[in-house]
Amino acid sequence: MNQSEWPLWEVFIRSKQGLDHKHVGSLHAADATMAVQNARDVYTRRLEGVSIWVVESKHIHASNPDDADAFFDPAADKVYRHPTFYEVPDSIKHM
Amino acid sequence: MLTQDLSGTKAAAATEPSLLFPYVLQLADTSLILAHRLSEWCGHGPILEQDLAMANIALDLLGEARSYYQYAAELEGQGRTEDDLAYLRSAVEYRNPLLVEQPNGDFAHTILRQFLFDNFHYHLLRKLKDGPDAQLAAIAEKSVKEAAYHLKWSSEWVIRLGDGTDESRKRLDKAIATLWRFAGELTTPTAAETALQEIGVLPDYATLLPEMQAHTEHVFAEANVPLPTAVFAQLGGKTGRHSEHLGYLLSELQYMQRTYPGLTW
Repeated sequence: MNQSEWPLWEVFIRSKQGLDHKHVGSLHAADATMAVQNARDVYTRRLEGVSIWVVESKHIHASNPDDADAFFDPAADKVYRHPTFYEVPDSIKHM
Repeated sequence: MLTQDLSGTKAAAATEPSLLFPYVLQLADTSLILAHRLSEWCGHGPILEQDLAMANIALDLLGEARSYYQYAAELEGQGRTEDDLAYLRSAVEYRNPLLVEQPNGDFAHTILRQFLFDNFHYHLLRKLKDGPDAQLAAIAEKSVKEAAYHLKWSSEWVIRLGDGTDESRKRLDKAIATLWRFAGELTTPTAAETALQEIGVLPDYATLLPEMQAHTEHVFAEANVPLPTAVFAQLGGKTGRHSEHLGYLLSELQYMQRTYPGLTW
């Protein structure tokens, strides 16, 4: 029952109001069923959610922090990519 | 109040406090003692996630116990409160079945104890929630969802321990050898329970057995563990004849109220 033998899982919870599952943390579990149960016990004790996703952490591929400059900085001065230069007619609601 | 009207109507039974009181107390004691046992794991669980799971279940059971104690105090009508009933009764006055007072042992031992209890508890609550006593039905309605999760949790663990490593299997086998004899008491009615069954307040436990048995067979098949054939049932707890373990448990559970009577915080 050694914790280090169990894989790590990332937990995503959808709240009652939420439309999307949000990453809330991680935990250890032997398999997917146990991971969902553990997530229920660890992350939904205070009515945080109505739906749980878990995914084994090893299946998540992340961008490299060393690439951050090349990846993200070039977007900083591309203000024209934001759709903020349009006049929204008064009849269009909820924009 | 009604005196000896056992003639049959369910409404009459539901208003007969002297019959109902000992049984509600039995339900309360059962949930409280198991909650206390599980709370002993707090900070000692095999992993953080299971430490939390057991604390969650303990709190569910404690909440259920409080509802029963409050109802029992009301039924008794002698001015005792839920705290008096929980903290100021001696071991021989406790009515919990022997199973729930058994020490935690190792994790497999705790899991099997929980599984045996959950399998009964869940199926009982499913009947009680549709029973004639409105208060019991309301408590059962709330608790049955919790019990459904408890049963799911302990069942999954029986499967994993049974079908896990040689070590986990060995420990589960040991737990079965120790605890199986205490399962039968849950579904063996006492005289008080029989009286309530006869007037329809309690389900006949025989009607719970097929579903309980089917679930046990399913779980043990998944776990690759042969179903124990021993049918001997050690009785006693529900009539106040307890194992030595309960006294030690109560001395810890009741310590504060015994030492500082009336203490609140």
